[in-house]
Amino acid sequence: MNNVKKRWICLFVENEIGVLARISGLFSSKAYNIDTITVGTTEDTTVSRMTISFTSDDKTFEQIKKQFNRSVEVIKVVDYTDIPIHMKEILFVKINHCSEKDKKEIFRIADIFNITIVDYNYTSILLECTQTEDINDAIIKLLQEKFMNRMEITRGGVVATEAIGVANK
Amino acid sequence: MKISGAKLFVEALKKEKVDTLFAYPGGQTIDLFDALYGEKEINIILPRHEQALAHAADGYARSTGKVGVCLVTSGPGATNLVTGIATANYDSVPMVCFTGQVPTNLIGNDAFQEVDTIGIMRSVCKYAVTVRNREELGKIIKKAFFIARTGKPGVVVVDIPKDIQIALGSDVYPEKVSIRGYKPNTDVHPMQVKRVLAALKTAKKPVFLIGGGVNIAHANKELTKLVELTGIPVVTTIMGKGAIDTNHELYIGNIGIHGSYASNHAISECDVLFSIGTRFNDRITGKIETFAKNAKIIHVDIDTAAISRNIVVDIPLVGDAKKAINALLENAKPLNISEWVKQIQEWKKEYPIEMPKEVKGVSPQKIIEAINKVFDKNAIITTDVGQNQLWTTQFLELNSTKKMLTSGGLGTMGYGLPSAIGAKIGNPTKDVVSIAGDGGMQMNIQEMATAVVNELPMTLCVLNNGYLGNVRQWQEMFYNKQYSLTCLRYRKSCNQACSNPNKDCPPFIPDFIKLAESYGAKAIRVTKTEDIEKALKEAKKNKRVPTLIEFIIDREANVLPMVKPRKFFRQYYSRIQWKGR
Repeated sequence: MNNVKKRWICLFVENEIGVLARISGLFSSKAYNIDTITVGTTEDTTVSRMTISFTSDDKTFEQIKKQFNRSVEVIKVVDYTDIPIHMKEILFVKINHCSEKDKKEIFRIADIFNITIVDYNYTSILLECTQTEDINDAIIKLLQEKFMNRMEITRGGVVATEAIGVANK
Repeated sequence: MKISGAKLFVEALKKEKVDTLFAYPGGQTIDLFDALYGEKEINIILPRHEQALAHAADGYARSTGKVGVCLVTSGPGATNLVTGIATANYDSVPMVCFTGQVPTNLIGNDAFQEVDTIGIMRSVCKYAVTVRNREELGKIIKKAFFIARTGKPGVVVVDIPKDIQIALGSDVYPEKVSIRGYKPNTDVHPMQVKRVLAALKTAKKPVFLIGGGVNIAHANKELTKLVELTGIPVVTTIMGKGAIDTNHELYIGNIGIHGSYASNHAISECDVLFSIGTRFNDRITGKIETFAKNAKIIHVDIDTAAISRNIVVDIPLVGDAKKAINALLENAKPLNISEWVKQIQEWKKEYPIEMPKEVKGVSPQKIIEAINKVFDKNAIITTDVGQNQLWTTQFLELNSTKKMLTSGGLGTMGYGLPSAIGAKIGNPTKDVVSIAGDGGMQMNIQEMATAVVNELPMTLCVLNNGYLGNVRQWQEMFYNKQYSLTCLRYRKSCNQACSNPNKDCPPFIPDFIKLAESYGAKAIRVTKTEDIEKALKEAKKNKRVPTLIEFIIDREANVLPMVKPRKFFRQYYSRIQWKGR
């Protein structure tokens, strides 16, 4: 029962003032922790779509889904944890105080992991990486080995949608 | 035709058949009150504090089954309402609370009497919304009443800025409302009904555990039928008390930390626990790992989120309690469980709940028993919170014409008096009795004025021990008898570390008799057990005026039996095992 793992959930909610507070309030009032949350409007401007990632056990997860389902503002809840989806998260990493050797290393990493270099001066490099949450985690870990204490990390949170044919998460 | 928001508000209340409004005016609701001036179709009650106002609307709603409606101003009006809203929502009481708000162009500017009402209310109510434009007002009010009274009932807060109240707009109040994210389902799944019936068929030691959901669904008759048809004995939670006549031969009693031995034993020993409308609160389960350990658990609840939240349920049946019971009634069969029933009856006889015969002052048990006798039918009993509430739930008898209102979920002191006022206003022909302690009574004592000016004949019992008795009992039993801050007779000249009440203690403040009389109420002080009945009868006779009866009870009377905290139900303090009173 106590199967603690990473979960993803997609919520369709009323696009109205306070709905984000309501959803995040549900997490905090039950002492559940959110890893990431993203929100944006959909093709129907009265509806917003949220992707929330968090880590929990099965029992807590069931409770969270039920709590959402009974919220007046929530139109639909889709559990993305075990279904085929496409998932992306944008990640910016700024690395400062780079030597020539560092820069070479960073360019090599960028080449291998499909990372784009979007800004640059003689001492700093800005990387943009749009991958799944897990790959972004791994890239951060890799960069930290070498550039700890001179990295600035900005993560955008997960967005996801159901796969049509081939999944990628 | 174009009308103001305030006019539409009044029309909306009438369309929703609101006959009583609990309201306290203020700067940001002055336009709404202006539109209510001279209104004949709505009885508008002015309590003396917004917390009590919400409790009064709550008592009105619980006792009539209608939606309780509140109207208060912004800022402090709204914040004072919070406790009342949380109390009602916790016990699934349908209420709609309107709060005034500063004009929309001032929202967020830290204006005078501005608070983020919706931000505050959101976590203690079912739904909360600010009206942001005049044309949405009608739709939002319609939605509010719909959400409050459907599904698992609850409190809806509608925050109306002052400019919306003034603005002219459509006079149309929608007939219907559809909310895409809110489709409460009350029908039960036939497959699950079959599973429940199959589990019952093989049960040797089944027991019903009935919660407040049955009372909310008004399924009392249906439940009684099902109990009589199957022969399964019934235990209730505090909120479920009265779901079946307490004198019914198959009724065992309340479970929980102050429940009866027989009830708690029945739950521990049963092989099928058939629960309806309860969320398995920690007060009833005790140590969760040992609760109904050997039983298959059936759980009927309208709220899917209540299923398997606190205990793992084997057969869930989601839906309205009345519909669920009716579906079961179609195919339920009598069970052959006479041995089991006999066993429970023996426990009940062997270990009754009773207080010691020899007591200092008036015996709380005798007070409740006298209330049973004097107010035997057509009565509503409200309780406050604490020992008074627990004694009431232990000894009060309820039947189909008698109801008990109590703050079971939130446990709000100060609930007793205002909820009784709401109940009396909603049920003028019924006798209304409130039972409170000296602590809780003082939390909303100002409502004596509301009771007097509205000419409400009610019986207001105060069980005075000069202590915050329930906490004092815990201090006596589990905190080395250190009565930390629980004595209400304490004076500056006393030793603060005193755990020794005696005849030289300073007098109780206030003098309830003089206080009641100053409000224009009648008052009686009872110091001897033999005078209880006489006082209650006299109070019952009084017309158009409330009567406060102050019962001077033993200062250190305890509520027993009591399950040891965080323990298995069998680990008990019975009256005999506990040497105190």
